[in-house]
Amino acid sequence: MAERRSLLRIFLTMLKIGALTFGGGYAMVPLFREEFVSKNGWISDEDMLNMIALSQSVPGAIAVNCSILIGYRLKKLRGALVALSGVVLPSLIVLTAVTYLYTAVRDNPYVAGALRGIRAAVVALLVSAFLSFMKPFYKDAVSMTAFFAAFILSVVFGINSIYIILGAMAFGVTAGIWRVRTAPPVKGGKP
Amino acid sequence: MTQLLLMAWIFFKIGLFSIGGGYAMLPLINSELVGYGLMTAVEVTDIVAVSQITPGPFAINAATFAGVKTAGLPGGVVATAAVVLPSLIITTLLARYFFKFEDNIIVRRVMWGLRPVVTGLIASAAVLAALPALYGIESFSDFRWDTALSGLDIPSAVFALLSGIAIIKFKRSPVLIILAAGIAGLLLFGVFGV
Repeated sequence: MAERRSLLRIFLTMLKIGALTFGGGYAMVPLFREEFVSKNGWISDEDMLNMIALSQSVPGAIAVNCSILIGYRLKKLRGALVALSGVVLPSLIVLTAVTYLYTAVRDNPYVAGALRGIRAAVVALLVSAFLSFMKPFYKDAVSMTAFFAAFILSVVFGINSIYIILGAMAFGVTAGIWRVRTAPPVKGGKP
Repeated sequence: MTQLLLMAWIFFKIGLFSIGGGYAMLPLINSELVGYGLMTAVEVTDIVAVSQITPGPFAINAATFAGVKTAGLPGGVVATAAVVLPSLIITTLLARYFFKFEDNIIVRRVMWGLRPVVTGLIASAAVLAALPALYGIESFSDFRWDTALSGLDIPSAVFALLSGIAIIKFKRSPVLIILAAGIAGLLLFGVFGV
């Protein structure tokens, strides 16, 4: 068993997940569970759920955070580095090729036509994303105020997103400590 | 070299402040890369599309795309390494020292409190994507309310509307939407020249 949990196995498993998952972080999390909990039994289901929760509560991509935690749990820092490389490598290779291709053909009339259609579809994609993120809090006046404030500061005043997030954090720590006893417990939601 | 260092610094910041994963990175890309003239709003929209139809997390795809576009292959590697570095530092430190405290109530409340703000920023990213796609303009300061209807590119607006219905009402996958919009766009705009 100890042999099977080699760095190479961690790397190859992560490489497979990184290469086969379309649609980003949330599509990867079930695969992490399948590979490391169900198939290999390297990690208990409870540990995995904790890692997923922690992945959502720290900065960065959820899939990236989760792969680092899994690697660290199995083989400490070396495991974390190996797991991270495995998950990242397929994207790095595919996107490098795609970027060169994109730069070369984007002005071709057929490609430009396709891109014109796709860009309009992406607008719909982003609108549906923020509408679904809004679901858990659209009835809460305080949250909606924060939502509109961030939106207006960003769109109308062109304030850098980092300052808006920093401001919200400072406000959140203050309000969070103040509201900690009154608000209901929260759980990790959708992306 | 200077450009690679700038790339590393920008993507380190993006990795550090993209809270909530995936699309939460988009407003940061808009502020940092579009703001400093390293990318255009249209290219950011294209990354979202490309990322949907290629494997891997959005954060990595976006970093590689932006890095390669700005500074070639070294740019892609540096941007990708820089965007995951904050995750690596923060997550391993937490795993090492605080693993038992993942349900730390203050941390979770602050993250929860950030959600509306991050969602507001994603809504702003949707507007920044809509301006070039539907109006052919690059920034909100070029937008005029009196031409909000007459300035609209009707075929693109129809595409956006149909895609929206397909996603929200019929729950079709983003991959399918992007591919369908691409094929329809190729035929309509490319072949028939609408």
